[in-house]
Amino acid sequence: MRVRLSIRETRGEFVKRVEEISGQEILACNQCGKCSAGCPAAMAMDLLPSQVLRLVQLGLEEALTSETIWLCASCLTCLSRCPKGVDLPRIMEALRQLVLRKEGDRLELSALPADFLSEAPQLAIIAGSRKYLS
Amino acid sequence: MRYLYFPGCTLSTKAKGFAASGEASARALGIDLVELSQWNCCGATFPLATDNLLALVAPTRILLNAQKEGNHLVALCSICYHVLKRTNRLLREETDKREKLNLFIEEEYRGEVRVFHLLELLREEIGFEELSERVQKRLQGLRVAPYYGCLLLRPFQEIGLDDPEEPRILDDLLASLGCEVVEFSHKTECCGSYLAMNSSEVTRELSYAILHSALASGAQAVVTSCPLCHFNLDYRQGEMAAHYPGFTQIPVLYFTQLLGLALGIESETFGLADHHVDPRPLLASKGLK
Repeated sequence: MRVRLSIRETRGEFVKRVEEISGQEILACNQCGKCSAGCPAAMAMDLLPSQVLRLVQLGLEEALTSETIWLCASCLTCLSRCPKGVDLPRIMEALRQLVLRKEGDRLELSALPADFLSEAPQLAIIAGSRKYLS
Repeated sequence: MRYLYFPGCTLSTKAKGFAASGEASARALGIDLVELSQWNCCGATFPLATDNLLALVAPTRILLNAQKEGNHLVALCSICYHVLKRTNRLLREETDKREKLNLFIEEEYRGEVRVFHLLELLREEIGFEELSERVQKRLQGLRVAPYYGCLLLRPFQEIGLDDPEEPRILDDLLASLGCEVVEFSHKTECCGSYLAMNSSEVTRELSYAILHSALASGAQAVVTSCPLCHFNLDYRQGEMAAHYPGFTQIPVLYFTQLLGLALGIESETFGLADHHVDPRPLLASKGLK
């Protein structure tokens, strides 16, 4: 894939929004990959967490269409191991928020199986609603 | 010792046995957990978007209510503890956000209350050596895997309960009750958390990896302090058995259930019959019920 890079994108509106919502400096990441190595959900992701962050560093909005952002469970393993102190869960949250604020809900509660809903603890439903509803 | 106590939504409904066993055990140890007279849901997530101040209102109100009645607040649920502790730090240290939140709730709260997890009180107020001496029925021969999960420990800079990679607190507690504590690789790996709502297969995989690691280390039960971990690890075992040939179901217990049993408390209210994987046969085989 040929990607055209320019300062307009790498310091553009998209990157600024991600930095603003996450409170993180996107270029602080030096792509060591420790986050991806330790991410328990990486096996199910289309892009590794560090690759999603790389797309953001390059100003590429493809980051928003990756399934990875919806498979991050905010377990904070990457944050506790990042040698640069980058709070990647906050960046993932910013990407989710950019999608949710524009496109609306990612989850239909009424479509969940009744048995599951009657068994699921309240905090699963509340946390899921906070993460997947706009 | 009297401590204000925040049970939270799940302990008041789906995890009543966790609450009952925790409250009774604390009482037996001289810790009187007094429920806050007014409380609401903590929100079950600490907002990671820096502009989402609204999600901080609920935990701020809980902390403010606690301040009106005392200066400590104890939680049993790992997630409630995580949310309250992080919100409290933010209110103490981030002046501009504190001002906005105080203006919104039209009251003044500056993060003065001290937030504890019951595990912390057991370690610091009682001490595990002392606890070991108070045990009535040693849980001899019970091999357990202490599962910490994520939010009880991380981020260390804000939670500070124990080492985020090599935690000991649950290991030490269980050892003091007489359990045989196994080392296993997945004690701080994620169970899938809220992915349960949107990605059930991924959640099953993550939870399976934890149980598999515990079983491979010879554990007979997994022990947790989080109702969401409990659900993910316990509820999906039927599915796991169908999916992974050779998988053996393993009971998942709250640390308070074992604590209560070891203290010789009548376990009728501990909710042992409510688990998907029934822990009672295992407990009975060790002379516990």
